[in-house]
Amino acid sequence: MTRKQKRLSVIAGGLGFLGVAVALTFYALGQKASYFYMPADLATATLEPGQRIRLGGQDEKGTIVRDQGAEVEFSVTDKERSVKVAFSGILPDLFREEQGVITEGSFRPDGVFVADSVLAKHDENYMPKEVADSLKAKGVWQEVTQ
Amino acid sequence: MVEIGHFALVLAFALALVQSAVPLAGARSGNDRLMAVGGPVTIAGFALVALAFAVLTISYARSDFSVANVWENSHSLKPMLFKITGTWGNHEGSMLLWVLILTFFGALVAVFGSNLPASLRATVLSVQGWIGAAFLLFILATSNPFARLSPAPIEGQDLNPVLQDIGLAIHPPLLYLGYVGFSICFSFSVAALIDGRIDASWARWVRPWTLGAWAFLTGGIAMGSYWAYYELGWGGFWFWDPVENASFMPWLAGTALLHSAIVMEKRSALKIWTLLLAILTFSLSLLGTFLVRSGVLTSVHAFATDPSRGIFILCILTLFIGGSLALFALRAPTLAAGGLFHPISREGALVLNNLFLTTAAATVLVGTLYPLLVEALSGDKISVGAPFFNLTFGPLMAPLLVLVPFGPLLAWKRGDVLAAAQRLMTAFAGALLAVMVTLLFVDGASVLAALGIGLATWIVLGALTDLAVKAGVGTAPFATVLRRLAGLPRSMFGTTLAHLGLGLTTLGVVGVMAFQTENILAMKPGQTTGISGYTLRFQDIVPVQGPNYTERRARFTLLDAGGRARGEILSSKRFYPVRQMPTTEAGIRTLGVSQLYVSIGDDTADGGLVVRIWWKPFVTLIWGGALAMMAGGAVSLFDRRLRIGAPARRRRALQPQAVAP
Repeated sequence: MTRKQKRLSVIAGGLGFLGVAVALTFYALGQKASYFYMPADLATATLEPGQRIRLGGQDEKGTIVRDQGAEVEFSVTDKERSVKVAFSGILPDLFREEQGVITEGSFRPDGVFVADSVLAKHDENYMPKEVADSLKAKGVWQEVTQ
Repeated sequence: MVEIGHFALVLAFALALVQSAVPLAGARSGNDRLMAVGGPVTIAGFALVALAFAVLTISYARSDFSVANVWENSHSLKPMLFKITGTWGNHEGSMLLWVLILTFFGALVAVFGSNLPASLRATVLSVQGWIGAAFLLFILATSNPFARLSPAPIEGQDLNPVLQDIGLAIHPPLLYLGYVGFSICFSFSVAALIDGRIDASWARWVRPWTLGAWAFLTGGIAMGSYWAYYELGWGGFWFWDPVENASFMPWLAGTALLHSAIVMEKRSALKIWTLLLAILTFSLSLLGTFLVRSGVLTSVHAFATDPSRGIFILCILTLFIGGSLALFALRAPTLAAGGLFHPISREGALVLNNLFLTTAAATVLVGTLYPLLVEALSGDKISVGAPFFNLTFGPLMAPLLVLVPFGPLLAWKRGDVLAAAQRLMTAFAGALLAVMVTLLFVDGASVLAALGIGLATWIVLGALTDLAVKAGVGTAPFATVLRRLAGLPRSMFGTTLAHLGLGLTTLGVVGVMAFQTENILAMKPGQTTGISGYTLRFQDIVPVQGPNYTERRARFTLLDAGGRARGEILSSKRFYPVRQMPTTEAGIRTLGVSQLYVSIGDDTADGGLVVRIWWKPFVTLIWGGALAMMAGGAVSLFDRRLRIGAPARRRRALQPQAVAP
């Protein structure tokens, strides 16, 4: 190979690598990003069976049911609609009734949302930002005063 | 008392403005007296910020609740260590720590930069002054830590219990030393662009700063990861949380910078690229600060937020990144380009390293910012989490990891891949053996897991091969090998240690991801459960009263396969009454390099306790590897060549004069 050919092949190799990286990124964004829904949004959303989403809202009062083992069920609500969520494991420390929560998982055929992770991260008002924004938009947000 | 701190901060801001303008003006006009202003002003600025920081720390230590910041984040019953670390466990205090470290590094350049060309030193100090002035103004205008309350409350609101941990004493200072350390590389780059001059002595100066900042950042990230692992009670070591990514991107770019700076120092090539990389690395640090401090993200790091702060930091971000990149576009073509080299060579290998690392940093950047972009454009809220990064970052990094052992074995200028491959035969055989052993003797090992173990072994043995070849292990007598090892430059040991650490971290990550086992069940006192050859007996649950919390402590006895007791594991839930917040204190038992991790949940209806137990094989290697990388950075930093580099340059400059007449 001449010097020029060598240089070209190096540049082509580098560009090829970048191309693979870009393609991989776009593919992964299309496949692996999960959308955030509130319970009321689900009426209009079209979900494929088994599609992973994030479901956020408040943990509805009096709906936490524990069985003998590590299974727990509760309802996530946005004051319009409620969705029953099943989860196996330890709920986060900050999980509590009528506080904001984000669950991630997919729907079972019987309409129960099976979560494999439950987040109760919070800001000073014990509400994840996504949930607080959505509740504010719906007008059911109440400022908590200290 | 507290007003002294506020006053010192205002003065520091005024000095930063002087520092921004006067030395630079001196450098541009060639006025020595103006340039000489830079040093004392920088050191005085550091002293003032340190005074302000000390005042805030004392207010915390004395629980002075007349200071709003102390009232919001402290409590008189808190242990003294957490009172002091609480100084930076909040937005205002942590920004003050940021600026303290920034001015500290500026002062270091002022003190130790006497062997730099005067105009370069003056310009660097001025650029540091710009950053300092911007962030001091940010603190004074939007995040004043010294605001008073009147009347003073009797008791404070306590620090977020998650932060009441030794981790807060270590993680933020280390992380900031890393983040802000790259500001020096940035200032040197901008100064080189303003000066229009860049040479190997520039690289000799920038390389130790890069090394130091990189070592601190590595330690800071590792400490944050370990803290999240034991404190959050989920047993995860990395969540691809945007805030973690914010620290990981500068690390990737900084690692690339570390390697390209070697090429520039040794071979005077890749000059302009190194310069750009230095600017990008600090830009990513600034972006990280913005992401964490502005509250655009939900995370444990997003302290109480206020939109005006986000906009302010965004302005600083735009100004510095936009400004420096514009300057780069304008001036870079005027800089003398470096030499060319053969693609198969040490330089070529380092370029490849840069290509992989910057691409990986770019995918992390896309994954982190994409949700913000989508929300801004369409209002849809999406989350990009671990599945995305596993699919993009993983495949991009795997080839780099395969190639790591080749790099140090290739010669400068023109390398020989075949010769390097021959030398690596032993390492390759060892890796192959590791794959076979994993497949044959570990139950349920997938091919991918076995390859992962093989890859980690390959990097570890490859790193050792480099050292062995240079010392002549196997060809020279033992005494000669020892003598040669002692004679090798320290930076060579640094490389080996860092690459070894990378291999160990890989081994830990693969071990946990592929072979971790988990057991969730409800247990009653007296019951036992088995995990990975061990038996865990739930003894009882006892109440404990802490200084500012109450605790339910579950006690477990660990029994090995022979039924012998191997000690107790304590796992508890704490409740902090002031903040009305519970926390989990996981019970962790280290066995070899693996860990048994026990975390407890709520009570079940029939009086049991939900218990989650993980067996985490090799998990400690994740952070142990990071420590080895950090040690590698430190060892390189103490290489003689870097310490005496600048005086050596001066001697060379004198020689021609001596010969000339």
